Amino acid sequence: MTISAHDVRHIARLARLELSDEEVERFRGELSKILEYVAQLDRVEADSAAEPEEPDQPLRPDVPARWPDVTPLHAEAPDFEDGFYRVPRVVE
Amino acid sequence: MTFGPGLTASSLAADVRAGETTAEDAVNHALAWIRAAEGKGLHAFLSLREEAALEEAAEVDRRSAAGEPLPLAGVPVAVKDNIAVAGGRTTCGSRLLEPWTAPYDATAIARLRRAGAVVVGKTNLDEFAMGSSTENSAFGPTRNPHDLDRVPGGSSGGSVAAVAAGCVPLALGSETGGSVRQPAAFCGVVGVKPSYGRVSRYGLVAFGSSLDQIGPVAHTVEDAARLFEVIAGSDPRDATSAPEAVEACAEGLDEWDPAGARIGWPAEYFGEGLDPAIRSACEAARAALEAAGSEVVEVSLPHAPYGIAVYYVVAIAEASSNLARYDGVRYGHRAPGAADLQEMYLKTRAAFGAELKRRIMLGTYVLSAGYYEAFYGKGTAVRARIAGDFDAAWEGVDAILAPTTPTPAFRLGEKADDPLAMYLNDIYTVSANLAGIPAISLPWGETPAEADPPAMPIGIQVMGPRLSERRLFGLARFLERAAPPAPRAGLLAADGGAGG
Repeated sequence: MTISAHDVRHIARLARLELSDEEVERFRGELSKILEYVAQLDRVEADSAAEPEEPDQPLRPDVPARWPDVTPLHAEAPDFEDGFYRVPRVVE
Repeated sequence: MTFGPGLTASSLAADVRAGETTAEDAVNHALAWIRAAEGKGLHAFLSLREEAALEEAAEVDRRSAAGEPLPLAGVPVAVKDNIAVAGGRTTCGSRLLEPWTAPYDATAIARLRRAGAVVVGKTNLDEFAMGSSTENSAFGPTRNPHDLDRVPGGSSGGSVAAVAAGCVPLALGSETGGSVRQPAAFCGVVGVKPSYGRVSRYGLVAFGSSLDQIGPVAHTVEDAARLFEVIAGSDPRDATSAPEAVEACAEGLDEWDPAGARIGWPAEYFGEGLDPAIRSACEAARAALEAAGSEVVEVSLPHAPYGIAVYYVVAIAEASSNLARYDGVRYGHRAPGAADLQEMYLKTRAAFGAELKRRIMLGTYVLSAGYYEAFYGKGTAVRARIAGDFDAAWEGVDAILAPTTPTPAFRLGEKADDPLAMYLNDIYTVSANLAGIPAISLPWGETPAEADPPAMPIGIQVMGPRLSERRLFGLARFLERAAPPAPRAGLLAADGGAGG
């Protein structure tokens, strides 16, 4: 199982990670090696569709509850103003 | 009351309840021991709650004097820094959460407070609990109190090192693939992985949500059982928490009867790669059980060898999804100077360490279009087989005895350049996480010092069916009494009664 530098860049884009050329090369080797190890699972004849369903989790009543004070939560935001999270420009 | 290494939570709480010592005194001593150990380079802690802990201790003393029954009265506890303690930092060993103040207590912390325990500090960990050596912390590695050149294991390395060094009698760690038991084995203390859902995950920062579980660290099985009883139980804030009532574990610990017990010996755990001293420790434990009338029988867990491969599909897939929330918008670190939102995401997430990036990349890959079924589908299917192997084993045995780790503690940097070698450290622990069953690691003797000094602790583990914690603590207690002494961490020995 080898993955290409192109694959690494594609995955990084999906995961919103910016990688240097050096990181792309390093991850290419490391990820290939780990995926090669994981490929041993092919030796097991098992199919997720054939496995018994997990028992359902019991659900609690869906009753809305109010968080006592949201101010400290907003205070954790890097940039919060007038009830809004501020972020850099989204579209041109 | 002698404070320091060897002090048990059980005796300290009894003395506080009897008015023979105070919570305030206990917390002052713990803080002094922590400062002494940190001064010697242990680096178990990321933050101390000196003022808050002393205020809370004074309150515990008032509650205890007023007659409130407090099972952990005045016991100083160290908490892994991925568990929220209101009003303080919870960094997860990451730059991404470095600026974050937890606005609420985790359920386990609220239960500790109710029981009279006092959180004295937050402990170091591999970034977001991803690692087996605590070398992946953004704030520098923790060291093993038995030998500062060696790792304490991980990811709960700080919590375990704090207990092993004698700074605190109890600590909380967390497990996804062995992160309490593996360091407990490396540092010579007791580490517990409760059944999945037994301890609420509310306030535990998510890594692999179908695996994560908070677990106790202690010097003795009895102390671990007391801590477990306090933090266990269903919680409406965690939909995956187990609804069943928690059985008493600490009382009646010695009632577990080895005569007639059937203990499984899994052949797959004793193959290639197991250190001979650790194999001998397991064989000695087996002999002790047989001498007391237990029947030790071979069991087969044929899918156990696939545990690490399954783990590195399932855990990283869940991790890549859980870590998507660190986007610099609502909390934590935001990189400055980005021209647009996409650039802000990229620059902010650049603060993840190398291991985090590696796992996010892998997790994203196995979940991506075209690969999902081949990796994640296959991984979950084999996971069900691993759980099925255990179910079949429980038809014939009450519990399983096995090594906790393939080797004793290794040296800092020894495996840092080989992620796969690092992952294989968890080969004996991950199965319990994948199957959702409880497991306890306890010390059993030490490695021969002449081959590779100094003598290092060895850990063995017992695993049992889901929610069999009471039986497992009893078995662990029996083995603890039969075990040869584990080496004591010498880190604070020269300080004698430091702080006391």
